[in-house]
Amino acid sequence: MMDFFLASWESLPPNVQYLTTVMFKIVIVTIGVILTVAFSTYFERKVIGGMQSRVGPNRVGPLGLGQPFADVIKLLIKEIVVPSASNRFLFIIAPILTLVPALAAWAVIPLNDSFVIADINAGLLYVLALTSVGVYGVILAGWATNSKYAFLGAMRSAAQIVAYEIAMGFALVGVLMASGSLNIGEIVRAQEGGVANWFIVWLFPLFLVYWISGVAETNRAPFDVAEGESEIVAGFHVEYSGVAFALFFLAEYANMVLISALTAIFFLGGWASPFEGWTFLAGTPLEFLMAGSFFWLAAKICLFMYTFFWMRATFPRYRYDQIMRLGWKVFIPVTIVWIAVEAVFAWLKIGPWSGLGG
Amino acid sequence: MPEIQSYTLNFGPQHPAAHGVLRLVLEMEGEVIQRADPHIGLLHRATEKLAESKPFNQSIGYMDRLDYVSMMANEHGYVLAIEKLLGVEVPIRAQYIRVMFDEITRILNHLMWLGAHGLDIGAMTMFLYCFREREDLMDCYEAVSGTRMHATYYRPGGVYRDLPETMPKYQESKFRSKKEIDRLNASREGSLLDFIEAFTDKFPACVDEYETLLTDNRIWKQRTVNIAVVSPERALQLGFSGPMLRGSGIEWDLRKKQPYEVYDRVDFDIPVGVNGDCYDRYLVRVEELRQSNRIIRQCIEWLRENPGPVIADDHKIVPPDRVEMKDDMESLIHHFKLFTEGYSVPAGEAYAAVEHPKGEFGVYIVSDGANKPYRVKVRAPGFAHLSAMSEMVEGHMLADVVAVIGTQDIVFGEVDR
Repeated sequence: MMDFFLASWESLPPNVQYLTTVMFKIVIVTIGVILTVAFSTYFERKVIGGMQSRVGPNRVGPLGLGQPFADVIKLLIKEIVVPSASNRFLFIIAPILTLVPALAAWAVIPLNDSFVIADINAGLLYVLALTSVGVYGVILAGWATNSKYAFLGAMRSAAQIVAYEIAMGFALVGVLMASGSLNIGEIVRAQEGGVANWFIVWLFPLFLVYWISGVAETNRAPFDVAEGESEIVAGFHVEYSGVAFALFFLAEYANMVLISALTAIFFLGGWASPFEGWTFLAGTPLEFLMAGSFFWLAAKICLFMYTFFWMRATFPRYRYDQIMRLGWKVFIPVTIVWIAVEAVFAWLKIGPWSGLGG
Repeated sequence: MPEIQSYTLNFGPQHPAAHGVLRLVLEMEGEVIQRADPHIGLLHRATEKLAESKPFNQSIGYMDRLDYVSMMANEHGYVLAIEKLLGVEVPIRAQYIRVMFDEITRILNHLMWLGAHGLDIGAMTMFLYCFREREDLMDCYEAVSGTRMHATYYRPGGVYRDLPETMPKYQESKFRSKKEIDRLNASREGSLLDFIEAFTDKFPACVDEYETLLTDNRIWKQRTVNIAVVSPERALQLGFSGPMLRGSGIEWDLRKKQPYEVYDRVDFDIPVGVNGDCYDRYLVRVEELRQSNRIIRQCIEWLRENPGPVIADDHKIVPPDRVEMKDDMESLIHHFKLFTEGYSVPAGEAYAAVEHPKGEFGVYIVSDGANKPYRVKVRAPGFAHLSAMSEMVEGHMLADVVAVIGTQDIVFGEVDR
């Protein structure tokens, strides 16, 4: 039986083989991301519940673990109300436009040393492009709804993302200078050799800017003015219900996971182990800790997701103009200054730049 | 090029930050407010008119429902006005109980305000922290009156009954383990006074916790400092009272300026603000939490040492207790008369005001000598504050409207009445 499958696999033309493997990988990653999203809503509610001295979901299934599925089923069977004054086509397409880039960006994210759907050399540019495209869904949703609240939310979101995209881009210029590659796998490999080589050490200001901009990009508290529960009710998705709302929700969380993964990859060494180079562990039962693996990346993603929730439970919300001020007048200057500092480091060939030629 | 015009935004009445049923018509230019036009009346229940058709005592419960987050303070204004007309003497113990529950009510109200204000500005954890402490105070309400909110505890002549010697306890269920029950019941073993004392012991630390989250928080300060500044002169002209007036730097507090009950015998300070912005009003209210805690402690001390009657001994106004009623003909007649037609109040008019958590809450009663008031007028502090809404938000952004609604501490029960 096995031989038969192997034989028929061998008989396929190489490009069909390639296509099949890639499709298989895509399915794995997509399902993985969606499951992560489902359980990160559970994780969020438990974490925030703990911080707010309550229990969080604990009724559906053991420990409430069935809650995400209950939520999905509820949203699936709800009616999608399309406001009569809205632009029907754009109204329906907007959530899809938000979700697709959030999932597509995962194509270039290396989950460990070998697993990546598309190992392209312009990976970083691809990620930057796709995270920016997501805002179109938000703007279109706000516009198509034809409601002032939604429109205000969309305008805020657009301005905010433009401002923070620049800060994020500049922060990545720093990463680029340190790693010398646009390939995301190469960026992780440039950080090999223990915690001291992770970019967070040399690029700490850029790490902060990138992470906070990431929070702003995903419209999460304290930068959630585009949704601003208490101001513009739910902002751009105020009129969405059922699955259409679920798509926005999914996109928001997929973006959070993505930003967490990217921060881990760019600054925390991706799949690399924090115990790399602890030679005294060799030969002990803890030796496995030294090897880089997907689990280290997952742990780092969880850490950042936790920080997302932690911030949401702690901070009040910024006002829209204060967010603009922070983005334009604080973050962009900080990144530019640190890029200049980096240039000096690189010129003197210290730190991760010691191996650079030319 | 067409000229860019301002547009109107309908804020509420169904809006998460509208604190009930406020409908604001905002005239905006982009995100900047040009004019705010509050539309009220959506929660109008005709309390004042309703009171005209009922014996005096039967309207006390309606007063609870005016400002439904500071219930006993509303009752207090109403019973004070009736007592003024009747000229009845309130026993000293009842006065201490009233002061203690007024301050418990002030903490209840300010906690609700702090939680809602925090939630409006996005600090959602505050809301749950505040409700955690509110729960204990609700239990105090329940212990004395049987209900958690609408107590109807103050009566003309005193209070409905003395403080109970036992506290209701949590019981074990499949959702609560023995250990948890023991923790919850730890402070409920003694009398109500013990329970309140345990609360006053832990409460200052809770206020510190709230302050850690907000007072020095950069975002909180950015959102409240210099928002909706009201000068002292303007605050007086607008008819502000309570923390709104004190936030602008005017030291005016009816508890000090026109002491009622035993406020002249307890020791407390009045916090005042400097700049008259949202942040100062926040600081004033937080300090009032601490001062109320101080007053409650003094009352507990006095109440422990001085037992006595808690309601006047005049059965023309106050119903006799049930034991008496069962074997005394005269008591039975009093009981019957009081619970059917009530008591008649001498003709005349009276205004009584209390320092309500939100400001000056006054009740003006005109009596024509019947068993029902001829006219009742309630002076609600929130009404005067809300009328300043437009002035306070002009030139600020949409997000600040929410902060201003929060800082005014508006409850529609009393604004719409």
